[in-house]
Amino acid sequence: MVTMNLEGLEMIAVLVVVVLFVKVLEQFGLLEAGYDDSVEDELELSAVRHRPEGLEQLEAQTRFSRKELQILYRGFKNECPSGVVNEETFKDIYSQFFPQGDASTYAHFLFNAFDTDHNGSVSFEDFVMGLSILLRGTVQEKLNWAFNLYDINKDGYITKEEMLDIMKAIYDMMGKCTYPVLKEETPRQHVEVFFQKMDKNKDGVVTIDEFIDCCQNDENIMRSMHLFENVL
Amino acid sequence: MAAGVATWLPFARAAAVGWLPLAKKTMPKPPVDNSSRSDEILYVNVSGVRFQTWKNTLDRYPDTLLGSSEKEFFYNEDTQEYFFDRDPEMFRHILNFYRTGKLHYPRHECIQAFDEELAFYGIVPEIIGDCCMEEYRDRKKENQERLAEDTEANEAMDAPLPPHSTSRERLWRAFENPHTSTMALVFYYVTGFFIAVSVIANVVETVPCRPPKGSVKELPCGEKYQLAFFCMDTACVLIFTFEYLMRLFAAPSRCKFMRSVMSVIDVVAIMPYYIGLVMPENEDVSGAFVTLRVFRVFRIFKFSRHSQGLRILGYTLKSCASELGFLLFSLTMAIIIFATVMFYAEKGTKGSTFTSIPASFWYTIVTMTTLGYGDMVPNTIAGKIFGSICSLSGVLVIALPVPVIVSNFSRIYHQNQRADKMRAQQKVRLARIRMAKKGTTNAFLQYKEDRDRDSDSTALCVKNKSAFEHQHHHLLHCLEKTTNHEFTDEMTYSELCMTESVGFRTSRSTSLSSQQGAQNNSTGCCPRRARRRAAMRLANSTVSVSRGSVQELDTLHVKTTSIPPQTRSSLNAQADDLKLNCGEQDFTAAIISIPTPPANTPDESLPPSPAPIPGILRNTRATAYTHDTVKISSL
Repeated sequence: MVTMNLEGLEMIAVLVVVVLFVKVLEQFGLLEAGYDDSVEDELELSAVRHRPEGLEQLEAQTRFSRKELQILYRGFKNECPSGVVNEETFKDIYSQFFPQGDASTYAHFLFNAFDTDHNGSVSFEDFVMGLSILLRGTVQEKLNWAFNLYDINKDGYITKEEMLDIMKAIYDMMGKCTYPVLKEETPRQHVEVFFQKMDKNKDGVVTIDEFIDCCQNDENIMRSMHLFENVL
Repeated sequence: MAAGVATWLPFARAAAVGWLPLAKKTMPKPPVDNSSRSDEILYVNVSGVRFQTWKNTLDRYPDTLLGSSEKEFFYNEDTQEYFFDRDPEMFRHILNFYRTGKLHYPRHECIQAFDEELAFYGIVPEIIGDCCMEEYRDRKKENQERLAEDTEANEAMDAPLPPHSTSRERLWRAFENPHTSTMALVFYYVTGFFIAVSVIANVVETVPCRPPKGSVKELPCGEKYQLAFFCMDTACVLIFTFEYLMRLFAAPSRCKFMRSVMSVIDVVAIMPYYIGLVMPENEDVSGAFVTLRVFRVFRIFKFSRHSQGLRILGYTLKSCASELGFLLFSLTMAIIIFATVMFYAEKGTKGSTFTSIPASFWYTIVTMTTLGYGDMVPNTIAGKIFGSICSLSGVLVIALPVPVIVSNFSRIYHQNQRADKMRAQQKVRLARIRMAKKGTTNAFLQYKEDRDRDSDSTALCVKNKSAFEHQHHHLLHCLEKTTNHEFTDEMTYSELCMTESVGFRTSRSTSLSSQQGAQNNSTGCCPRRARRRAAMRLANSTVSVSRGSVQELDTLHVKTTSIPPQTRSSLNAQADDLKLNCGEQDFTAAIISIPTPPANTPDESLPPSPAPIPGILRNTRATAYTHDTVKISSL
């Protein structure tokens, strides 16, 4: 038994030494193998950069003057040196304007509305096109844009669920401390009112034509369309 | 809101079109914006380096100097630019803040200079970006600590005793700072000597001496010369007891004193003797008595009052308590593990010294610290393998916390060095300031002499004096006329002091506009003379022109009471007016704030420094202090 013990311990000792040695080898071995991966990762990250089209092209496509485009681009590039805005940054920026509430959901919808080519980032062109419509477009174009915003899945119809999402997002931006106090069913009621007004054939969805028709008949909406024209 | 976000505001407003069809109520009218929309480039000239930026960039932060209308004060119509007489290197960082919204701290710049620039441009340091915030905070804390230390050291060390301290306070002070009085110094050295004697006696009494006549066995000296050693021990203990009782009496807070480390050491050092006296001389307790003698060796710790290095070492160990604790804990763990393994590895061998696990502890410790006495050696292969792993790991575990302790010690040691160096430097600086101040007084007195000698004062003014000097002297002259006293130099003053009787002490100068109050009248004309003379010199400022020394004056001045200028009258030589009082430090108020250009101070050749408040003087040379000092205006 005694010899067994000794041999057993010897084995253990030798085992320990071998394990240590292997660990040391691992350090060197695996290090070599993992090196290539890390280099590739680095390359990937820095590839995302974007340069906008020329000034003349943008001038032609939008309704901004050269100077205005210059000012817009300088501000844009200052904030996003890489030339594109991703959704996180967008949410951050937009949330800063609404400190009391949570603007992230609405910012998400807004981002999708601006990201016309749906590539997950808003480039300067998207940005400027959107602004051109909102600030210098015709009423028709503006209403079109609004419809696009509400239509979350971009299928041409606004359902009650989509509208409810949008409404909830807007009310979220208000935050908790409002007067009168926000109740649970306020967004739902608002959606009902909206659908009563807009949904002419009562089929449960609002199409683009119904929407535009209805808005053009509403004086209040038409008047307010010109509110933000001199923002820039 | 961050600046950059402001550029997105138009976008957010435009996106509000999306709310319009859903609005329950009508939208409010937008604000009318009449300001010119076109962006213009602004030129900012900072000490010759021209910066250009968009106006919008600066407008991002409207509560700073550059973002608000405050910058209009700096607008130069001739060159159509904003001119700032500041450091262009620092301005670069300030402007980058406007551009990027992030403020960075340049690591090579002095923290105070940076802070001053930030204060000037109205930027709060809290907005420094995360990348530089830690460095900024560390540097700032270090700087503050250093300043606090220095002022503390200055005040603590050589501050003169308040005049009405009790004997108890004086005694305590003598104990804490032996350099203040000769008696204290003598006592300090005497106690040091006796500590040394006591320790040496303890050591020597165990050395074997030649055996006394008639005996073969060698005896330790302690037993051979028992009486001599006993007398020496008694003397030392008496001195220590006396010292301890004196300290106890003088201590401002006896409880705190009794709990302090040094006091405990004192007690431990002298108790064995008294216990030995009390205990009977029989065999049973002599073992305990011998043990008590061991405590006598603690007397050597009393040396830490005499040696700063020892104190630093002790302080270091205290501050590294956590590292030491970690070291101890990890060592204990390792010892237990390896001892167990070694015991079971060596269990079978014949005549193995590893008789139990606690016995193996000794082997483990000796191996881990790489001592390797060799009294316990593994014989089996497993034991040898584990023994070598044990020694390797020992080296690692012990090497880890040691650098932390070393760096702590180095930091504390250098702090102490720095305190000493600062003290030495301070003396030199003060001497320089005094010399510079003497220069001004002499200049003014010279001017008066010449004026008195020649009635035609205008000719004198042609002598190489700047406009600044003229105005300064005119001002001093006005003051003389106001108070109907005259300035004089120290020699004349000391003569007057001696010739005039003490009676003048009480006669107050009636021409003083507002009296300082009885507090300025103190007793003792000539004994205070020395201090007054020094104060007089202090009072006549125009220190060396380097900005640094002006600052020193500032700090010097702040320490003394700020008084209205009329006390300058005591400088006068007029007989009926010697204000022989010890409020002299008040002199400093009057002229201290006036640095003169180098022409006046022959011992200084530095160029004049720009004053912190330009515009008050035409040549922007004077600094206006906020306390009751004379302001020089270029009127």
